[in-house]
Amino acid sequence: MSALGYVLEHYVVLSALLFTIGAIGFLVRRNVLIQLMSIELMLNAINLLLVAYNRQHGGPMTGQLFAFFIIAVAAAEAAVGLAIILSYYRLKASVHSDEADALKH
Amino acid sequence: MNAGNALFIVGALLCLVGALSTVIARSPIRAAMGLLITIIGIASLFLKLSAQFLAAIQIIVYAGAVVVLFVFVIMLIGADTSAGPPKSGGSVGSRIVAGGGMAVLSGLGLLLLARFDGQPVRFGPAAVGHGDVEAVGGLLFREAIIPFELATALLIVAVIGAIAVARSKARPRPAPPESHESKRLFHGPLHPRDAQRPLSKEPAE
Repeated sequence: MSALGYVLEHYVVLSALLFTIGAIGFLVRRNVLIQLMSIELMLNAINLLLVAYNRQHGGPMTGQLFAFFIIAVAAAEAAVGLAIILSYYRLKASVHSDEADALKH
Repeated sequence: MNAGNALFIVGALLCLVGALSTVIARSPIRAAMGLLITIIGIASLFLKLSAQFLAAIQIIVYAGAVVVLFVFVIMLIGADTSAGPPKSGGSVGSRIVAGGGMAVLSGLGLLLLARFDGQPVRFGPAAVGHGDVEAVGGLLFREAIIPFELATALLIVAVIGAIAVARSKARPRPAPPESHESKRLFHGPLHPRDAQRPLSKEPAE
């Protein structure tokens, strides 16, 4: 118990749990805002995993660099995704992702 | 149980509670607050993993920008837009299949991880300066300068694209009515003194 937080596997399990929660949220929820937040959860889980492995290997901090770029890409993704959600809400007056069926018929 | 253990436990609990409340919350604003809690937990775990620079970036970018952007959008389109009952039929079957399949898959993964019988990998002592601003910044500008510049280009493109998408009108603007004004060579006098002499192809009336 005293090793809690000093062992790589704890971070792997925590990251897997976070990713799973995010993935299930993305698949089950139908509110596009919450789906976008679930994507952010998954990206955060991957960042945690990268930093944990980088901590284990030591040496060059390439894993932290990857996490840095993932944060930059996630910020861009959130900006564009929220703009799309705004546009979609103007079009449909709804944030329900099942109603985004303009390309379906 | 020492301070390091306590930091891990607090961070992990913040992450899990925040993530669950993000996914379960009915109102998007509560989901955004859950996301904020998760982000703070992740930042504290970054501190535990001696990634101080990333912990600061995580707080600045995620808590300071992304969550605030989410809250802005939620306030803009109304905080009471909790997805409500779907207007067009239900997708309950596909939701159950997708969520259940993902739960089964990740349960299998966790089972495999629990049966892991190798020696657990304990972290060695962190190198001096591991993950601080100087080390990560130096590495960023020495080894990864081209991806760094490309990231700036990506952010510029994303901002312009977001403006373009968010400002676009839902319906095309109606064409301006055909009038005498629209046949003029210019849409107005270029100089105040020309106001007396309209630049018009049409004969003055």
